[in-house]
Amino acid sequence: MAQAEVRDLHWRAEDPFAGVNQRALAYGLGRSYGDSCLNDGGLLLSTRGLDRFVAFDPATGVLRCEAGVSLAEIIDLTLPQGWFPRVVPGTKHVTVGGAIANDIHGKNHHRAGTFGAHVRALELCRSDGSRRVCSREDSPELFAATVGGLGLTGVVTWAELQLRKVAGPYIAAETVEVPDLDHFFQVSAESDARFEYTVAWVDVLARGRHIGRGLFYRGNHAETPARPGEAGRGRLSVPFDLPSATLNRLTVSAFNFAYYRKNRRQRGEREQHLDGFFFPLDGVGRWNRIYGKRGLLQFQCAVPTAAAPEVIRELLGRIAAAGQGSFLAVLKTFGEVPSPGLLSFPRKGVTLALDFANRGPKTLELVRQLYAVARQGGGAFYPAKDAVMSPEDFAASYPRLAEFERHLDPACSSGFWRRVREGHPYQPSLPLGPPAAGGKGVTP
Amino acid sequence: MRRVLVLGATSAIAEATARVHAERGDALFLVARSPARLAAVADDLALRGAPKVEGFVADLNDLSHHRELLDAAEAALGGPPEVVLLAYGALGSPVVLDRDPYAAVEVLNTNLVSPVALLTLVAERLARAGRGTIVGISSVAGDRGRSGNAVYGASKAGLTAFLSGLRARLWRAGVHVLTVKPGFVDTPMTAHLAKGPLFAPPGAVAQGIVRAVDRKADEVYLPWFWRLVMFAVRHIPERIFKQLRF
Ligand SMILES: Cc1cc2nc3c(=O)[nH]c(=O)nc-3n(C[C@H](O)[C@H](O)[C@H](O)COP(=O)(O)OP(=O)(O)OC[C@H]3O[C@@H](n4cnc5c(N)ncnc54)[C@H](O)[C@@H]3O)c2cc1C
Repeated sequence: MAQAEVRDLHWRAEDPFAGVNQRALAYGLGRSYGDSCLNDGGLLLSTRGLDRFVAFDPATGVLRCEAGVSLAEIIDLTLPQGWFPRVVPGTKHVTVGGAIANDIHGKNHHRAGTFGAHVRALELCRSDGSRRVCSREDSPELFAATVGGLGLTGVVTWAELQLRKVAGPYIAAETVEVPDLDHFFQVSAESDARFEYTVAWVDVLARGRHIGRGLFYRGNHAETPARPGEAGRGRLSVPFDLPSATLNRLTVSAFNFAYYRKNRRQRGEREQHLDGFFFPLDGVGRWNRIYGKRGLLQFQCAVPTAAAPEVIRELLGRIAAAGQGSFLAVLKTFGEVPSPGLLSFPRKGVTLALDFANRGPKTLELVRQLYAVARQGGGAFYPAKDAVMSPEDFAASYPRLAEFERHLDPACSSGFWRRVREGHPYQPSLPLGPPAAGGKGVTP
Repeated sequence: MRRVLVLGATSAIAEATARVHAERGDALFLVARSPARLAAVADDLALRGAPKVEGFVADLNDLSHHRELLDAAEAALGGPPEVVLLAYGALGSPVVLDRDPYAAVEVLNTNLVSPVALLTLVAERLARAGRGTIVGISSVAGDRGRSGNAVYGASKAGLTAFLSGLRARLWRAGVHVLTVKPGFVDTPMTAHLAKGPLFAPPGAVAQGIVRAVDRKADEVYLPWFWRLVMFAVRHIPERIFKQLRF
């Protein structure tokens, strides 16, 4: 497999495309699964050297920072001053540029919409040497193409974000047991009205009438201020790649059961540090090693509300029947706040996210089945968590694709883009899964 | 709060070190050549907690600016600096340096001549104040000249020797001199080199520098294992060393 060359960007005032004569792609912290942040045979423009804050107003919560700043760094700076990003994903080790390019969503999608909804402005550098500040008012088309634009419209050098006010680092969290899928929909509907953050963990191995069994997490920012000296929790780490043999039906089943039991005991209400509530995996260094050397395959779809109960039941049923469990199956309802990007993934309905240990053709076959089922139900797929979707799946997921393509930067491309637009097939040798956490200058 | 003067503030090691100082609440006076880069670094450091950040644009190879910038630093910081971080330098391309005498002189000017001139003035002021720390970023490359970077190695060997002389001269006056010898650091200066496990991130080097300042060390290798590596490298007999290709 041809590797990509890497060039580190360091200064936002400088042209990221200077002297570039091959297909290039911005690269943040590589937390996308699959090939949407890879560019084999081309050039990766690593943005981690663009890690400076530009301006922050603690009165209004407006932050301007360079695109390589991570959400973790933002939280370190602003949380002590009472501000928190409006939307965070399941890990804080993503860059602002990456969060924009995938227009990421969080547990509060039903209230806040996507990350892009809170981007006030961004600066975009294109390979023709131009740079433009885009917002909903200025260059709105380029703004809509760049939010959720998968890095294909150019390089974002800085962005201005609206943060939200919080009293302290705690979440008033509650865990509710959900015996089956019908209950999930019930609990979800009543929770979305009362809680800013909602998400469910599902036991993917439950069968028959137990399908959809799981735990529902919900929470609001607590009014409690920070207790001095208390930080997030310490780190556990998976020290080496577990041999794939350890990941069989039995261990997954045991893990899921243990997780279910452990968390069931924690049912009820409690105040929790937001690190544990939002970023549980960040507490386990190199968690992706649980999946062994071949890594993992992610799958995430969003299904329209009407079709959701049936489609989600069918998907979970097939996974349970195949016995190819996943440590993390996450179910969440997306709300109606419109996403600002032409290629934004979130849309009203229900989203299911899963990962599978990559066991080669068998896994691929199952995942392909899931795509077929979801697509029949009008489902859409998430490029950030994908290594499998076909050009047809992609086109069906993104009806505004033609409009988007008018804004492509001719010098930009990615493995994902060549796969879904030019029909280059999936490469099973892809190093799936995010790399280990690292500091400035880590290259893929 | 300490008063910190950073010479070459837009170098990756300097910027990372200045962040540690900013987070500790130290006041910073930054000197660099490019106004746009300097402004980007200064804004960031102010947001990270430095109570005062001032910038000064100068090409430090032009010795005529030196007095002026030290006066400006004292005025802005409200007294002579307590920590002076000398962090500028040029690597130069070995291919060019092997053929072009002017390029070689340029590297010597940046890495040795200008630092000696500037630190001479700094030393005088700190000695008068009777306190302060001078931190010089030299390099493991100064420990022994290699075929691949004779000029750079020579410039850093000269700087290392100068810093050690300065230390011996100034300690009686209450001024401390720290020589920092980084190995490979992942910075724009080394962007063209293939990265291996020996490369350290600037943030780690910065932590090491500030720790060494705090404990008043005379000389540190960063990361620490370079002390062992360079011990071995220094002891290879010249007869054998000259045959090694590195
Ligand atoms: C444990 C875990 C949990 C996650 N949970 C969620 C979740 O809850 N919700 C969700 O939506 N996602 C989630 N994700 C996915 C993750 O949020 C996205 O993949 C995110 O975009 C990764 O950001 P990054 O900085 O690592 O970018 P990369 O993965 O390096 O790049 C992502 C995309 O951004 C582009 N890009 C990066 N920087 C720039 C720039 N400066 N200018 C232009 N384009 C740029 C790249 O070209 C690429 O297309 C999760 C990932 C992990 C590992």
